[in-house]
Formats: sequence, structure tokens, C-alpha cells
Amino acid sequence: MVLKTLDVLGPLHGYGIARRIEQISGDLLAVNQGTLYPVLLKLEQEGAITSDWGASENNRRARFYRLTREGRKQLQVETQDWEQTAAIIGRFFELKAEDLS
Amino acid sequence: MKSLRRFFERLFSSGTRQTQEERLREEIEEHIALQTAENLRAGLSPVEARRQAMLKFGGVEAMKQDYRAERGLPLIEDLLQDLRFALRLLRKSPGFTAVAVATLAIAIGANAVVFSVLNALILNPLHVPNAESLYAIQHGNEASLSQSYPDYLDLRNRNRTLEGLAAANGAIAGLDAGSNPSRVWVYEVSGNYFDVMGIQPYLGRLIHDSDEHGPNSAPYIVLSYAYWHNHFEDDRSVVGRVVQVNKHPFTIVGVAPPDFHGTLVFFNPDFYMPIVNAEQVEPQNHLNERGHRWVFMTLGHVKSGVTLAQAVADLNSIGSYLEKTYPKDDDKRSFTLARPSLYGDLLGKPMRAFMTGLMLLAGLILIAACANLGSLFAARAADRSREVALRLALGARRSRVLRQLFTEALMLSVMGGIVGICGSVVLLRGLSAWQPFARWPIYLAVNPDANVYGVAVLLTVASGFLFGAVPVRQVLHTDPYEIVKSGSLWKVGRRMPVRDLVLVVEIAICAVLVTSSLVAVRGVVRSMHSNFGFEPHNAMLADTDLSMAGHSGESVAEMQKRMIHALETIPAVKSVGLVDAAPLAAGGFTGALAFTDETTDLRPGNAAARAYMFSISPEYFDAAGTPLLSGRVFGWHDDKNSRPVAVVNQEFARMVFGSMAKAMGNYFKKRDGTRVQVVGIVGDGKYSSVTEAPQPAMFVPILQSPSSQTYLVVRSSRDAGQLIAAIRDTVRGLDAGLPLYVEPWSQALDAPLFGPRMATLSLGVLGAMGAMLSITGIFGMAAYAVSKRLRELGIRMALGAQRKEVLQAALGRALKLLSFGSAAGLLLGILASRVLASIVYQATSRDPLVLTGTLLTMALLGLIATWIPAQRALSVDPAILLREE
Repeated sequence: MVLKTLDVLGPLHGYGIARRIEQISGDLLAVNQGTLYPVLLKLEQEGAITSDWGASENNRRARFYRLTREGRKQLQVETQDWEQTAAIIGRFFELKAEDLS
Repeated sequence: MKSLRRFFERLFSSGTRQTQEERLREEIEEHIALQTAENLRAGLSPVEARRQAMLKFGGVEAMKQDYRAERGLPLIEDLLQDLRFALRLLRKSPGFTAVAVATLAIAIGANAVVFSVLNALILNPLHVPNAESLYAIQHGNEASLSQSYPDYLDLRNRNRTLEGLAAANGAIAGLDAGSNPSRVWVYEVSGNYFDVMGIQPYLGRLIHDSDEHGPNSAPYIVLSYAYWHNHFEDDRSVVGRVVQVNKHPFTIVGVAPPDFHGTLVFFNPDFYMPIVNAEQVEPQNHLNERGHRWVFMTLGHVKSGVTLAQAVADLNSIGSYLEKTYPKDDDKRSFTLARPSLYGDLLGKPMRAFMTGLMLLAGLILIAACANLGSLFAARAADRSREVALRLALGARRSRVLRQLFTEALMLSVMGGIVGICGSVVLLRGLSAWQPFARWPIYLAVNPDANVYGVAVLLTVASGFLFGAVPVRQVLHTDPYEIVKSGSLWKVGRRMPVRDLVLVVEIAICAVLVTSSLVAVRGVVRSMHSNFGFEPHNAMLADTDLSMAGHSGESVAEMQKRMIHALETIPAVKSVGLVDAAPLAAGGFTGALAFTDETTDLRPGNAAARAYMFSISPEYFDAAGTPLLSGRVFGWHDDKNSRPVAVVNQEFARMVFGSMAKAMGNYFKKRDGTRVQVVGIVGDGKYSSVTEAPQPAMFVPILQSPSSQTYLVVRSSRDAGQLIAAIRDTVRGLDAGLPLYVEPWSQALDAPLFGPRMATLSLGVLGAMGAMLSITGIFGMAAYAVSKRLRELGIRMALGAQRKEVLQAALGRALKLLSFGSAAGLLLGILASRVLASIVYQATSRDPLVLTGTLLTMALLGLIATWIPAQRALSVDPAILLREE
């Protein structure tokens, strides 16, 4: 989700990412925003994103996260994986008794 | 790839903690500021806006913890943190650290040393390929590996279960490589010896079967690596050089590899020569005598696929064939197989038992050390109960607290292990270089190998966990709420009976060891001044073998007389005697069967006594200081042409004749039927060991029973150094080519006294270790008791208790255990000294000096151990203590 957000919206700071995820999910995913930061760190260590200091909307120092090429590749792979999984699960839900007879 | 990259990032980030922490703080602040701003826009009051933002963010500290966990490698970071903390703690209590490290160092070092010796002696003794299938043939009815040469040949040629059978015999020879002739030790080996062992030469070639073509056909020698290194300065051109061995020319054909020392583990020969040439170094030629077992050991590999039982059965079928074919030469020939490295069961059995016992003891010492450190640790954990409770209350997990305790324990054990291993390496170096007997090439390389280091490291880690585990229950049962609230310490009143029992046993063992070592020391001191049947002081032994200088037959006796007369002319020499084997100095005594005059069937079973037989010159008793009780000493006129005579000792007279009176002037028979007349009787003496019971002995004229290998006994009160030089010069004046070994008789006693001295030394060392363990044990217990009851003691003092009462309250239990353990140990020690009596001369514990010594030692131990806790108990300041709580 973090990768997709960054992919769509370009560089963002932590708060921005948290807000977007909340908005996109329609406030359904209202977890503690703090838990985002360990995830960001992990992604950065894996090389999927990088971060730089920049100025935020109200002109304060904030850290902006940006997707790397590697991250984009990872997003692609994971999107495919997810779509495949979702498709498989979807097929199970569409399954009716007469389809197998 | 991804996870690897992450691992390095994490590893690296451990170093940049500060900036990372800063960055996180800033990010969180920014996040909350943004959220607050948004909340404000939504119309909340500034305070409420910030509160909502914080709520939405969640637990900041918990998130930081997670963040840190993601960022670095928590395991390693925690470990480093724990190590730093442990180091700080240990530095704060140097006394505890020193005691703990020293205890562990000694316990682990002792284990490493004992294991190295065990490894070198028993587990991995001979450095030959396939050592596990190498066996020596042992006689079934006695622990002896020796065979006659014809029997060896039959065993070698007729067996179908051994991969070749080799023979080896140790002897001493005179080697003349151009300069001074010197006495050297030689292995006489069968031609197939090196091939059966699977040994490759270091230089040149070894001896092979193809060299043997009958007696004296193979004048070749192979040098041992050590002898080549020390005496030929690694000169590679020695191969092919001709040297003189007992005046016979031999060619050096090669050098054996460095790690091969023959097949008796502690005996290191200087060179190897073919056994078919044995006649040239032995006094007599025994190659054809089937009745004389002189070949020291025969050994070979059991064929693969053959069980031990099958091989033994095969050998015994040859044995029964030999018994039937040659009934006269030897009565019984049943065989078993045994390990050659410690000469079969003769040394192997006692050594294995001894080393196993020692290893067990060392293990016990380590366990006791761990128990002691465990109680010390428990005491420290009790002192730190508040700290632990506080950490728990602040949210530390119990596993985290425990991990810190284990880190501390392991750090101590690793420090102790390092010191212990270093110490043991130094000790083992010394032990490897140690040659206990100047005369014999006896030493053992016990340098630690990978096995030893492995065991030491394993023990180190295991002991760390062992004593670190002691306070675990305390921590697990800590109730932070209770402790922080009331400040109460651990639940008082747990009596720890197991730990008390361990301590009593420790003290008792310590007392036993102290008692035994005192008994042993007294015994050794006494044995130096006991009656040996001769006077070792002011007597010099000059060991010569005339065959080394090429003397044989008639010229031997002639030369011996000339040597005696020449030495008598040295100023201040009182008398000079000659004996073929000096009591308590030489090995290889001649034994002779003595029968009563009436016996006609001279089978070994009918003998009245098996006596030591010494061939002596007429002046021997005078020179040795052996008192003549009755009759006469024979003279030079008692030679081959006169009738056989003997002087016997009291024990001989009693066993063969019944009494001294009946013995005088009467006859006994030797095995060959010769009738020998007793012309004199001398006092009993010690012959091969200081603790032996009175043994029968006979002394016969050297002219009637000649020997070229003899000891000259020179009695003189002159300074030893001058006398030795004078003896050397005199003998060299007679024959410059005769190797000579001179030492004071009292010094030669080192060999028979080796056992008792070693026993005393090892008891002393064990006693010291036991004492140390008792001290740390009592100290740990007393310290624990004091710290547990510190507040109670403070209250007592505040209420006006005297110092004496305070001490009693604090240390009464420890002292009670000490006296209980000491009493038990003393009793056991008195019983144990009966066992000691078999090793140490006249060992008895019913000796006021020993009893007082033990009591004093134990009291001293108690004093040392309780000193620090007592000081702490007395220095309690009730005002401070009570205010603090």
C-alpha cells in the first residue's frame, strides 16, 4: 500500500502517506499511525524507497519518501502476486455447486 | 539478496544510532505537528487537537522500540548493551570478579590439564595409522607382554588373524658417533616393525624384513627424530654414516618421523636397530632360548573383519600347540590381546583407573566451583533485587532481565576459561619437557590439541550456564509490585538445604584432602630417613656396562677388579663395591627361585621362595652399608672353581630354612639343581620399592654369576661434585671408550620415591583446590546470609546488640557448616590414610602433628572465608540503613 501510494502520488512525507492510506481506504484502516514508520524503515533498508529532507506544506523540515526503480519493480511483482491471489480467492467465492457437477 | 542487503544496512546502522534516533524524533514531531494542524483546521481547540493527534499516532515509546528493532540487529545490540552493563557491574566489585575468575580459571584449567594428560596417555596415545586396531599379545595369566624370541616367531608365522606381528625390546647401548661414546636407549625391533606400524621415514629409509638374514646380519640403525635433532644438529648427511654401537659398526640408514616414539607411550628410544643383531648389545645371546621371555612386546593390527575374540582364540590355539611341543621351556601359554601403549594391563589398568578417577575429580571440582559461584551469584541477585524489580516495573521483559544475568555469568566464565586455558598451556608445556628420571628416557608430550581446546571451551560455556542458572528462580518469582512497595527482599526463610549439603560435602572433601596430604608429606619425609637395608647417603653409584666398550668373557671380571682397585685409590674413598643391580636404583632385577635342599622336583610351583638375586663383589656390603648379622662375607677366592656360596637376608632365611640359625652353613637349591651354601646373613632391606613388605634376597659372588652390567658403589664423605669428577677421570684412565653414568645413590632414589612424591604432590594440589572451593563456598554462603539479613542486623544493632551477637547471627550458620564438614572430613581422612599406606611409606593419621595441622588449616579457611562478610555485617550503620528503607 505504501509503495502504491508513493507510485501514484510521488514523493510524500510520513504523515502524508498515513493520511492518504486512511483516505484511500475510506477511513476503514485507521490503525495507529506510528506503526507506519518501522515499515518505512524496512522498505528503505530493502532499497524499495529512499528518503530526503525537504520542506513540508507549512515550511517545516520533513522527510520525504520516494519510490526507487527497484521499488517500482517490487511493486509490479507484488501487484501481480496480489492480483493472482485475489483472482484465485475470487474464483473460490464465485464457485457454485453445479459448476463441479 | 534483499534480505542480505537489509542485514548489512542493519549491521551498519548499529553504529549510527545517535543520528538515526534524532531523525526518528524529528519525524514523529513533524507528523504530530501536521496532524495537529489538520485537527485545528477541523475546528478543535489547540490542546484537544494535539491530544487527538497523539492518540491517533499511538504509543510513541512502543513504536520507537519497534522502530529500533527494525533498524538494527536487536540481538547483537542487546548483547553489546548487556556486555557493557556486565562489565560496569564487575568493575564495580573487583573482589567478586577476581574470586569468580580465579575459581573458574583453576577449575577449568585443572580440567584442561587432566584431559590433556588423559588424551595423551589413553585416548590418543600412539601416533600410528589405524591405532584402534593395534594390539599387543599379553599373557593370559599375568599382565606381561614379553615373549621369548622363538615363541614370537611361531606366533608371527602361525597366526591367521593378525596383519603381521612385530616385536620390540628396549635396551641400553653405547653409541660412538666419532666423538664421546654415550649411553643411549635403543629399541631392538623385528624387521617388519615399521611396516606393521605403517610408519614412513622422515629421512633415508627404515628397517625392513628384507634386511634380516639370521643373527647379526643387519648392522643398520634408524635414529629417532629427537636424537637426530639434538645430537646430529639436523644434519641430513648422517644417512649412510657408520657409527659404533658397543664397538660394533652400524650404518645409519634413516631417521624416524618426529611424532613416532616407539610403541610404549612415555618411553622415548634414541634409535632403532634390528632385533636379529640383539646379541651385539645384550649381555648374552637369547635369540634361540625358548624359555627366556626377553622380547619386551609383540604387537600387530587385528585384520579387519576379525573380532577380538576370534583373534584371541587363534593365538590360544598356537599357545596350546607350543605348550604341547615345548613343555619344558615355559609352563603356560595362554594369550589375550591388550593395548601396547601402556604395556597392556600392567600399567594400562591402573593408569586408566587413575586417570578416570582424576578426570572425575576434576569434573567434580568444576561442578563444585559452579555451585559456589551460583550461590555467590544468588547473593548478588538478592542485593540487586530492587534494581531487578524496578526494571520489571518499567516494562522490561523477564527474559530480558535473565538474558542480562546470563550474559554476566558467561562473561565471567569466558574470562575464567581464558585464564584457565592459558595457565594450563603453560603448565602442559612444562609437563611435556619434564623428565622425572635423569637415567631413563621417560617423558610424555602432553601439548594440548584441538580436542583439548574443544573440551575446555565447551566446559567454559557449560559452566557459565550452570552457575548463571542458579538465580533464575529468584528473578522469575520477583514480584515488582511487592518489592517496590515494601522494599522487602527475597522471601526470607527458604533454607536451601541442598546448597547447604553441597557446602558440607565440599568442606568434608577439603578436610579429607588436607588430612591426606599432610599424612603423605609426613610419610615422604619419614621415608627419606627410614631403614632401606643400605645407607644411600655418602654413596655414589657409577653405572657401567662393560659390553659397551667391547669387553666380554674373562676380560669383564678382570676389568671390574681393576676398576675397583683404581677407585679405592681416590683420596677419602672408604670402600668400593660392585653390584649388578643397585637396590632402589635400577630396574630389571634378577629373580631366582630357591628350593629347599630336600626338594627333588624343581618345578616353579615347588619353590620355597622367589628371591631377588644380586651378584656382588666381596666389598659390596661394606660400601653399601648393609649390616652383616652373622657368618662371613665371601672373598675373591669364591670363584667359578670353588663351591657355590651365597649370603642371604633374614627374610630368605626365614622362608627357606625357617630361622636364621637353621640357615647358617646349610644348603638350598637353585632351579638348575645347583646346591648353594649359605655362608652369611644380612639384614632385610628395600629392593624395588620403599613400601614393599620384607622380600627374600640372596647375594652371590659376581665371579660365580658374572655380569658385565654393574654399578660401582663408592662410599666417601667427599663433596659429590669432586667425587663424580674423580670417578670419571679414574674410569676414563682405564678405558676411555667406556660410557659411564655417575649419580649419588640418594638421587637414584628419586625413581622409587616418584610414586609417593607424585601422590603427595597431587594430594597437595587437590587439597589446595579443595581449600579454595571451600573458601569461595563459605564466602558465598556467608555473604548471602549477611546481605539477606542486613536490615535485621541493623535493627539488632540499633536495639543495642553486641558485636559478638551480631556476628553470631550473621555467620553462625556458615561456621556451623564449617565445623560439621571439617569433623566429617577429618574422620574420613583418618580412614582414607589406610589406602594411602600402600603408596606412601608408613602413612598414618594418628599423628598429633597431622591432626593439629588439619584443624588449624580448616580454622584458617573459615577465617579467610568469613572475613569480608563479617566486616560487612559489623560495618552496618543502623541509622543509614533504616533511613534508606
